[in-house]
Amino acid sequence: MSEQNQHGYSTTSSRGAQPLQEISDIKRIMERSSRFISLSGLSGIAAGLCALVGAYVADNILKDYYFKLDHGAAFTNNDFNLLEIKLVILAVGVLLASLILAFVFTWRRARQNHLPVWDLTARKLLWNLLLPLIAGGLFVLAMLQYGEWHFVAPACLVFYGLALVNGSKYTLSDVRYLGYSEIILGLISTQFIHSGLYFWGIGFGILHIIYGGIMWWKYERGQ
Amino acid sequence: MINDKWKTRNENRLIMKNPINGLNKVFDNRIRLGVMSILIVNEQVNFNDLKQMLEVTDGNLATHLVNLEDNGYIKVHKGFVGRKTNTTYVATKAGEKAFTDHIAALENMIKGVK
Repeated sequence: MSEQNQHGYSTTSSRGAQPLQEISDIKRIMERSSRFISLSGLSGIAAGLCALVGAYVADNILKDYYFKLDHGAAFTNNDFNLLEIKLVILAVGVLLASLILAFVFTWRRARQNHLPVWDLTARKLLWNLLLPLIAGGLFVLAMLQYGEWHFVAPACLVFYGLALVNGSKYTLSDVRYLGYSEIILGLISTQFIHSGLYFWGIGFGILHIIYGGIMWWKYERGQ
Repeated sequence: MINDKWKTRNENRLIMKNPINGLNKVFDNRIRLGVMSILIVNEQVNFNDLKQMLEVTDGNLATHLVNLEDNGYIKVHKGFVGRKTNTTYVATKAGEKAFTDHIAALENMIKGVK
């Protein structure tokens, strides 16, 4: 056996290898050069927990606001602005926390497997995820610009689902099923516009945790 | 060794019994085979990514890339990212065909063994 490098592809031996071995080597290098496989299930679980905490805090902020609205005589426009600012800060915080945690677990897994965390496949995956996400993010901001907040949660879920389906070509193909689930959930939530936060919590929290758990069980349990 | 490039299809069929002849000599080398494998599934790949993926030295990789280019299997695009040169490589039609033929020959060998 010749020595294999981090991608499991042997570059030292020449002809004389078994054809079956050679074909499986070719297949492996094709996979490794086109898919980012270090994505950790724990990243999904961590992101899901962040989302659940975020949704819980947002729920409390909203309850406070409505409580004041119903009982407070001295409601001002200022209260509404404050609510908006609080929710935006919360959303950014949740996003950053989940991104950082997701990165940490994936980085850890790449290191365990002696794979580079930032390579051709990582760049491709990131670009294919970011394209629908940026489009979706701008779309949601434009909705908020016109005071249209009913469809914020559905739009987040649908665009995120599309991003995952798009990105699944460049990472573990299981991600595709998470994407489908997010799209379906997003479309369902368009019919329950007053429960947006709950759907948001299910999509970004619970689905992530379920998906991450399955991925961890499937690929990382033994490591 | 006989180069099967000059054989007709019928003769090729006979040669399948001696499977070594269906294989492409350019892909004897694992680095060249690796480069082609990567370029088949990726539209274009730059030098550093190839180097990282195959874990080879600059000089070694460069030699094999020149060989593949001379055979007409890959095309070289020299570009710039800022001031740094960014050389990317793309598989040609001929390269893709040579590669799929090579895979077919390997598969035939496996079938022959069974």
